[in-house]
Formats: sequence, C-alpha cells, structure tokens
Amino acid sequence: MKPAPFEYERPDDLDGLIALMRSEDLFVKMLAGGQSLGPMLNLRLVQPDLLVDITAIPELKRVEENSDAVVLGACVTHADIEDRRVPDATGGALPRVARAIAYRAVRNRGTLGGSLAHADPAADWVSCLAAIGAEVLILGASGRRTVPVDEFMTGVFQVALEPGELVEAVRIPRLSRGARWGFHKIARKTGEMAQAIGAVLHDMERGILRAVIGATESVPIVFSDAAALFGGNPEAGLAKAYDAGAAARALDDAGITDPVGRQLHLVALKRAINQAAQR
Amino acid sequence: MSKPDSGQGVGARALRKEDDRLLRGRGQFVADLRLAGMKDVAFVRSPLAHARIRGIGIPEAHRGNVFTAKDLAGVKPIRAVSGLAGFKVSVQPALAEGKIRHVGELVAMCVADTRAAAEDVAAAVRLDLEELPAVHDMLQGRAAGAPLLHEGWGDNIFLETHVECDIGQALDAPIRVTREIRTARQCMAPIEGRGVVAHWDRRLEQLVVYSAAQMPHIVRTGLSECLGLDHGKIRVVSPDVGGGFGYKGILLPEEVALGWLAMHCGHPVRWIEDRREHLTASANCREHHYVITGYADRDGRLLGIDCEATVDSGAYSSYPFSACLEAAQVASILPGPYDFPAYRCRTWSVATNKCGILPYRGVARTGVCFALELTLDAIAREAGIEPHEVRLKNLVRPEQMPFDNITKKHFDSGDYPEALRRAVDAVDLAAVRVRQRKREADGRLIGVGTAVYCEQAAHGTSVYAGWGIPMVPGYEQATARLTPDGGLELRVGVHSHGQGMETTLAQVAHEILGIDIAKISVIHGDTAFTPYSTGTWGSRSMVMAGGAVASTCREIARRATEIGAWLLKAETGVVVREGKVIGPSGSVTLEEVARIWYLRPQDLPAHVNPGGLEATTGYKPARDSGTFSYAAHAAVVTVDPETGAVEILDYVIAEDGGKLVNPMVVDGQIYGGVAQGIGTALYEEMPFDSSGQPLASTLADYLLPGPTEVPDLRIIHMETLSPYTEFGVKGIGEGGAIAPPAAITNAINDALRALGAIEVLQSPATPRRILEAIAQGKQRPASGAPQGGTGERS
Repeated sequence: MKPAPFEYERPDDLDGLIALMRSEDLFVKMLAGGQSLGPMLNLRLVQPDLLVDITAIPELKRVEENSDAVVLGACVTHADIEDRRVPDATGGALPRVARAIAYRAVRNRGTLGGSLAHADPAADWVSCLAAIGAEVLILGASGRRTVPVDEFMTGVFQVALEPGELVEAVRIPRLSRGARWGFHKIARKTGEMAQAIGAVLHDMERGILRAVIGATESVPIVFSDAAALFGGNPEAGLAKAYDAGAAARALDDAGITDPVGRQLHLVALKRAINQAAQR
Repeated sequence: MSKPDSGQGVGARALRKEDDRLLRGRGQFVADLRLAGMKDVAFVRSPLAHARIRGIGIPEAHRGNVFTAKDLAGVKPIRAVSGLAGFKVSVQPALAEGKIRHVGELVAMCVADTRAAAEDVAAAVRLDLEELPAVHDMLQGRAAGAPLLHEGWGDNIFLETHVECDIGQALDAPIRVTREIRTARQCMAPIEGRGVVAHWDRRLEQLVVYSAAQMPHIVRTGLSECLGLDHGKIRVVSPDVGGGFGYKGILLPEEVALGWLAMHCGHPVRWIEDRREHLTASANCREHHYVITGYADRDGRLLGIDCEATVDSGAYSSYPFSACLEAAQVASILPGPYDFPAYRCRTWSVATNKCGILPYRGVARTGVCFALELTLDAIAREAGIEPHEVRLKNLVRPEQMPFDNITKKHFDSGDYPEALRRAVDAVDLAAVRVRQRKREADGRLIGVGTAVYCEQAAHGTSVYAGWGIPMVPGYEQATARLTPDGGLELRVGVHSHGQGMETTLAQVAHEILGIDIAKISVIHGDTAFTPYSTGTWGSRSMVMAGGAVASTCREIARRATEIGAWLLKAETGVVVREGKVIGPSGSVTLEEVARIWYLRPQDLPAHVNPGGLEATTGYKPARDSGTFSYAAHAAVVTVDPETGAVEILDYVIAEDGGKLVNPMVVDGQIYGGVAQGIGTALYEEMPFDSSGQPLASTLADYLLPGPTEVPDLRIIHMETLSPYTEFGVKGIGEGGAIAPPAAITNAINDALRALGAIEVLQSPATPRRILEAIAQGKQRPASGAPQGGTGERS
C-alpha cells in the first residue's frame, strides 16, 4: 500500500496554483488534508502525475465575516470549526456537525473544501451544508463563480468543477436568532462513515425551511422547500406536522428500495426534525 | 517460598517490566530492523479466487527482480498433515504453481530498493489467468457437484468426523429446540501485522529470519522442511511482536519465499505485511455453521445435544495446526461446561476458495459457545425459565471435580455455578427485569444475557499425539543462569507478544529465589538462545514455561545451597530465601555465591556440582490433559428498535483462572479478549461475493471495536487451584474472547422478545440483522408462537 510515483508541488499563492492546474497533459490532483486522498493514493485507486499541495496558500485559509454570512476558506479544517477557531453563523450547528466527523486525528487535518470536492455521499458536509443553504465559491483560470452546495455535488465522487477549477471557499449564510436546526447521523460506530443522515433547517424569519436525506448511495436528497414534508403546515410544529409518507415518496423517487436502508433514512430524518422542534 | 507480601512473587500485581520500552515507543519490531543493503519485497497476489495460471508476464526491465514458482524449484510446499483418519492433505507452494485457490495467493515475488518501488514492479507484472468457478461458501463446497479445489480429492472435504454417545435416549425429550447458527469469517487484526526480514549470515553459514512470530522454533522446523536446510543452518528471531492471537503461530508462505530469496540474492530482504494483505490474503478465522438441536426436560435439564457443524477451512491446511483444528475441536468441546447424558456431533472441514482458516484466540470455542449458549437460551424460553437458571441446572458441580465429561474432557477443578451466580448478582438481574418491563423513555429495549464457557489450556502430549499434526508439545524447558553479579537470566522457548511474560516469568523465579525482578531478564524469541519449544499458543505459556522456570529455579537453588552451605560451614537446615542462602547461624547472598562460582573458584568445595549456576530442566503438569479455566459473562444491553443499534450498558466477567501469577496482567488479558469478543459479537465480518472476492479490504469496511464500543468491564476473580500444575495456575489467555458473542447476542434476543422478533442467530449482530429479525417477527402470522419461545412463566 504505497502510492504509485507522482510529482509534488506546494505553491504558496493562488497564481502559482492556477498555473500548475493548467498543466493540461498531466493528471493533477489537489491535496489539502489528505484524509481521503491519502488512503486512495496508498491503495493506488488514484494515480496522479502531479500532486499539488494547496495548504501553503494563505487565501485558502481565509475567514471573512459579515452581517449575512461567514466565508470559510477551503483549507479550514473540521477541527477549526469544531473548536470555534473560525466564526460560526449557524447557532452552533456547524461546530456540532464538525465534532462528529470521523476521529479527532482526521478532523485535525481534514478540510471543509476537501470534503466537498471529494463528494463522498456518506460525508457530513455535503448533506449538512446543503441543509444550511451554503454556497461553494469556485476559482478557475477564467475567474470566480458560485454554486449552491446542493448543486455542487453531481454524483458519487463527482462535483461541478470544470478542469482547472478548485474550491476556494464556502459561504455559509447567517441564520436568524430563532432558526431551528437538527442533524442526525446513523453510523455503525463512533467515527465511521454515515449510513444515514437527516438534516433540517427551519429559519422562519428568513422564510427558509430546508431538509436533507443524506448518505444515500448517490447525491443527498435535498428539499430546498421542505413544506411538503410537513403537510404544507410547518407552523403547526415540525414534529407534529412531519409527514413520513412524503419522505418515503422521496426515497421511492430516488430509487432507494432496500427496506433497512429506507428505515434508517426515515429514522435519521425524523430524529433531526424532532431535534429541530425541541430547539 | 518468599513471603506473599514481597510484591514481586506469584500473586503480586507487579508493574510490567517491558512496558517501559513499549509505552515509550522504544520497542524493536520487525519493521524497525535496518540491515545494510536491505531491499524490500512486494508480492504479486492473485486477483481471482480460483483460476489456472496460463502465464506470468515479466517486463524485460524487471527481469532478475521478479521471482515465480519456477525460480523456487526445489523448495518444498507447505504440507500441514493431520493424522486423523480420512484427512486429505493440501499442498501449498510458497508461490502458486499451476493453479490459484484464493484471492491474495502469492504468485510472484518482486524486489526493489523500497516497498513503493517493489509495488511498482509488482504492478507491471501481467498475469494471464483462466478463471474457474469458485467455492465461496462452505455449504456450497460441501454439496455434490461443487467445483473442486484439490481435484485429486474428489470432493472438498478436508476431514469429516462423527462422535455419538447414547443420542437415542434423548430423542423423545419434551423440549426439543433446533437452531441454524452461523458465525462470520473474521480477521484477527493484531495492531502489528506479519513481517519478515531475512539474510544469509556468511560467517555462521546460516539463514537468519526475523519474523513477527509466536512460535519461532516451529517456524524454524517448518523452514527446515520447506527449504531443505538443517535446523543448524537456520536461526529464527522473533523480536518485539505487537499481538499474535494465533495469526503469528503459523508458518507463512512469505517466510518460505523470503528465506529462499535471502539464500540466493546476496543481500537482506524484507516484507512487511500491509493491512490490505492482512485482511484479504491471510489472517482469516472463525467461520462456522451449525445445525444444533438441544433436548431438555420441562425443568430445563439438558437431556442431549445433537449437532452438525461445518467449518469453512479455506483453501489450504495451515502449518502446524492443520485445516481441521477448528472442526475436530468443535466435536470435542461443544458440550462446554455442562453435564448431560446424550450427545452426537458430526463435523465437516470444508475447503473453499478463501485463504486458509487460522486459529484465533479461543479457536473453536468462540463458535461452539455461541451455538450452545444460544441454544440454551432457546431451551429456557421454551421451558419458561430464566436462562441462567437453566445453566445452573446443567453446569458441572464442584463436588463432581475432577470431572470427565461426555467427550472425556477432564475438568481439573472449579465451581462453575458459583461463577454464574456471582455474574448474575453483579448485574442485578432482578433490577434489570424491572427496568426492562418499564421500557426506556427513548424507546430503546433492554436485554440481559449470560454465557458460560470453559477454556481447556496448556493441553499437552496426550491430547495432541492423537491428532498427528506436525507439532506435539512435550516437556517444556527453561534455562536459568545466575550471573556473576547475582542477577538471573531466564531463557524460554515461548514468546511474549503482549502477555507480559518478561514480568510474570520473573515473578515465578522471584517466588523461588527471591531475586529482585529488576535483576531478572527473560530471554525469549530467538532459536539461538532458547530451548526448543512449540511456543506460545493454547494459553499454555504460564502453565508450561512458568512450571519450567519454577523447576529450573529450584535446581539453581539446590546448586546455590550446596555452595552456600559450604561457605556457611553448615551441614543442614540451609535454604534459599529472599535472594540469600540462609543457614542456621548466618546467610550469604546469591550474589556472593555467584561471585565465588564465577570469579573465586578456589573458594568452592571440592565436591561442588560442576554444572554450576546454570541449569536447564523440563516440566509437564502432573496430568497433561489441560487446565480448565472458565468464566460466566453477563451482559446488559439496549437495542434501538428503529436503528438496530446496540449499546452495552453493563458487562460482568466472573472468572476463575486458578492461581493468578499477576492479577493485573490477567485483567489485561480479559479486557483485551472481551474487546475482541465484542468485535465478534457486533462488528467484525469479512464477507465474500459469489466469485470468492473478499469484500472488506480496508478497515473502513472491516469494523473493529474502538474505545467507545468497549464499555467499562467489571471483573470478578475466583481462584480455584488446579491440582496438577505448579502453584495451581491455569491458562487464561483466550477466555475473554470466547463468551461475549454468546452473552451479547443472548441479551439482544432477550431485548427483542418484547417486539416478537425472531432470534438473531448469526454473528455479528449487525443493525441490519437486528432490523431484519424485527421485520420478520412482524411478518409472522399472528397465531404462530414465537420461534423457540413461549414467554416467561408468570
């Protein structure tokens, strides 16, 4: 379990990075925390010609905060969020999610941008940030663009990055003071990848009700307007109004047929909703 | 004997001497060795489970660095024969010849300056394989018409056995429960995998093999056979080893291949197993299938057990234990600690296209305990009696000791019912039942389960001679040398790889001689320095090597007494105690005795024993049929009926290991064993697809219990001495891993009764299996009685 040979570069500014990514005749992979890429390299599941380590670029660690959002650079780690070394605009939701990602050793190195770009369906951020309504800030040779997290992941290990583009940062909207959220993960044991994730955000002041069924075998099922999950009447109380049948129909639509898998997804969502209702 | 309060003798909770280096990361493992000019080996392994080799393509650039079976002409294959009637022999070449029989089988050996470069070479080798239909399951392999692994056999059965004792008288018992029970294939997962460094010592004209091994002398004997070298031309060194559990007790084809390579290539070579190799190509164990029927009267008294057991033995018979160790043991140990009058058991050891099944801590006991203890709970449900009460009615009683059970196992001593009573009291069964009826606020269900086992350990010549495997243990020897400064060197052929024997064997010597354990060094793991021994396996080391150390230290004491008496001018009443030779009117230290023997021989008596202060003696217990340690485990769990998640709320072990040389070390053995047992119960599983591909190739797929999955374990010690051994010790190394799957699964099934679920009868009890048991219970027609249960008597 040793990687196949590769070249290694560690640029210290964005210009240098963009120049390297233009190497069109090379298979280039970016390395941030390496918590997924490292094992894949060792197993020779991925054999890049050039590995570009992006952890020396200050811009990718940047943190910006304003009245309606927090922008976190791609190389902010899960532990940075868990330990609140970066500001939190979500009333504790993100630190709580971060705290339950894998193990502390993984959180110390693993990054927000890396997790999104890797797009493992069982990972926490692709589901949680979709529920929060975050956006991915993308940088490429031709400039910058923004994609909502729920449109960013396009398939298993597939994302909406064009060749030469990278995740520069994530924009996390500031939740209202009265926003309610819930996040429930079902995993075989502490630190394992999720078997099911339920996430819900009810931010009445901003008119937002979102829900996610995550850790499916493909992209998360995102309800950007989740009113239908609550019989169109979330004001009656999320737990009370929750219509499990509507969630089950979404699983049907997604082609999820395994009875045990369906049950876990429904339980995770229900528990996330109950959590939000109690907040 | 020295005073019990000395803090260093037998019974003391002495801190482990070896931990200073191990906990500081200063141990020396195989992968820490650096030899000048050493190159790394990576293997080309079979990607298919069953195939014929049509060709092996070696790129021109790598010729000379890639070796195949053709190059190893003259190397003999590994043949682990059992003398049991009808056993069929598999032939396992170090590198595959003609045919491949499991994924991960060695096909070519690639050498380069680093492991990464060696893997590059391996990746460039092209295999031309003709895939054959695979035997991916033992029941499939047993059936007529299955593909054949070893064509000459005519079937896939290594060995079939049959024992029967009066089963006819049980058949009309009022309670009769039949269950089909399965245990998953597992991997042993010591924190250090296997590893080999080999070189040819030109001065000594000797092949030196460093190997992460539990049984270095057996590796030497195996290498001698395969490589055609005299024993004197081979030295095997087993340095610090990070856990064995049985995996490091077998001769590896990698050891043979690297041994050959070191003899031919002119430089040292190294292979360090990686975790993928470990999981998919080697360390497999445990896979059993049972159809078991328990017969009982209405009071829950067992009238008989009837069982058909199948073991998935994998492709090859492993050296030295053979492919039938598990199944043949199943037949003899299935009755466990219970006394009942009728028994029948048929077993099959089936060859499949998987790597060979290897003995893992507990060996067959974990499987038979699971099968029998689940059956006892089913009988209890049928009889409407608390499960532990059924056990109390059937356990061998203390007044029967020593006791020969229905398969002629000779139980040396113990009070089994008392251990169970203590475990049940400790979890407060009555309070658990009250809580269970009240239901938890969060909807989870409570369950309680028990399991009892006995662990035959240190079984010797009389047991193994009948098996006819390549290794039969005889007398165990130990060498002791009093050094000129009054220290003591002990040389033993067993190996310590986590058991703390550098401390506990020193405690035994201290008990006899009174020398401070800081001045006692235990030398082990090197065939050049230690007496021949079958090594560390079968929970034998403290009984056998501990006995040998005691016996040799007594000989040293006799020799020192002779010199001391001369120095003290005393004729009688001279003894060795507290590191001194003590006479009626004075004493002389062992250090002074040693100094005179080595440095001032002119002061010695004329008639002194010329053997001096170094001695080797051999030891065997008064009966070598084995010691019987035992324990009752009691588990209280919650089951989340929505997710199938299990949490262990309480876990009690009431254990009797005879005299405990170091109770702290025994606690450690139990903690580690139970952690592995929890893995067996809830997490660990190596599934295969129908083409024989192993599906858990990394630790992301093969789940091991971690710190949050192992609860605080509560241990209750009993100490019933064995009448046959030095100090009354019993072997205890494996017990912790035997009972947890049974106790935990019984607790889960106890919890699931409230939902009318069917029983979970397969390990591990994963959330999926639990949810399916609940779902199947719901689908059952409402009129049908729950499987095997009629509810408690009220």
